[in-house]
Amino acid sequence: MEQIGEVVVLDDVVVVLGSYPALAGASLTVRRGEIVLLRGPNGAGKSTLLRLCAGLLPVSRGVAAVLGHDLATERDVVRSRVGLLGHRNGLYLDLTVRENVRFWGSLAGAGDEEVAAAIERLGLGGRLADVELGRTSAGQQRRTALACMVARRAELWLLDEPHAGLDAGARDELDLTLGEAAGAGATIIVASHELERAGALATRVVDVVAGQVRQQVAT
Amino acid sequence: MRRRTVAWAVAVKDLRVERRARVATLQVLPFAAIVMVLFAFALDSTAVVERVAPGLVWLATLFSMLVLVQRQFAVEAADGALDALRVAGVDPAAVFWGKAIALALQLAVLEVLLLGAAVVLYRTELRLDGVVLLVTTWVAATVALATVGTLYGGLAAGTTGRETLLPLLVFPVVAPVLIGATRAVEAALGTVGTPGDGWPWFGLVAVFAVAFGAGGTLAFGPLIDS
Repeated sequence: MEQIGEVVVLDDVVVVLGSYPALAGASLTVRRGEIVLLRGPNGAGKSTLLRLCAGLLPVSRGVAAVLGHDLATERDVVRSRVGLLGHRNGLYLDLTVRENVRFWGSLAGAGDEEVAAAIERLGLGGRLADVELGRTSAGQQRRTALACMVARRAELWLLDEPHAGLDAGARDELDLTLGEAAGAGATIIVASHELERAGALATRVVDVVAGQVRQQVAT
Repeated sequence: MRRRTVAWAVAVKDLRVERRARVATLQVLPFAAIVMVLFAFALDSTAVVERVAPGLVWLATLFSMLVLVQRQFAVEAADGALDALRVAGVDPAAVFWGKAIALALQLAVLEVLLLGAAVVLYRTELRLDGVVLLVTTWVAATVALATVGTLYGGLAAGTTGRETLLPLLVFPVVAPVLIGATRAVEAALGTVGTPGDGWPWFGLVAVFAVAFGAGGTLAFGPLIDS
């Protein structure tokens, strides 16, 4: 796997949804190991930017590359190498934590050892790993989704309001998890309205306004 | 990842979900049994029941398949897993075949049990010279039903009113399979004609199985995306 310094490179990117320019000339560079917080009002383009980086939206104009792959021509490759966590976790509530992580890991060729390591890394080991996901807390389900990303070997984590629906304890757990993941080399972009919480975690804060990246502040 | 590996992972996952939730065992099997018993009561004639037994088995299978398909895609929709599979760039053809294999295995077991119920309830007799036709029709019809169910289950999954939409989509499409499988099994059991008369009907079912398999491979991705 190639190690590139710039994980995301957007240069004057326009994304048009219907007739509406959801991104209107956005430029952003994210380097490996960074935690970038996207902040801005509803409709500013934060989620669009995340979905673009996940390879889910076509680029109408400009240059966009993720993990060295051009988003205009190699979106399928990008999809397989990034993890997007939205408002839902994309998990199977009838399966156990371990079975969920094993399934998602198996899609990327992860073996049992890699799956076990992902479960341990997210603090889901022990008896919890064999509990049906539907019987676990919202925070544990979020961490299971992140464990699936680890097992899938996602190199770029795109998190859209990851704290939504979690209580204070679960939010603390999630922050701890994200901090550890970044320490282990993951690159993370977070869109959040939890500015104080996510800002404390971020290495850089980016303001998104009217589909453009306006200001970038290192923390 | 190779398509076959991903398809197998999806199939194993679906069967594991079923083993845990036991919807097929606790809901679909009793439902199918009730349908078979109600047919027997409604027709209320041994001669008629013996004559139409193959059609009743396939009808009960078809009704049960709808319950299985709706359950299969409800599991995917509950926490956005089907969307997550697409977002993760997983080959949609592999997802289609994985889900179709899991559904086919469940249907195959159900059909054997329903045929057994027909033997007990309707006094259907099996003929040794019709066994090859019976087994090949069983395989082809199961594949056809599983591929159609998976394809349209995926299409209906993202829509409102999917519970009512799915039978509306599936019933007209599987009509040739139902007719062909019924005629072939009638011939295999000797209730109408001889086993030799059933092979053209088997051919019809096999053509539909191949067509739906190929169609699902190509169309499943665009269908669930839209």
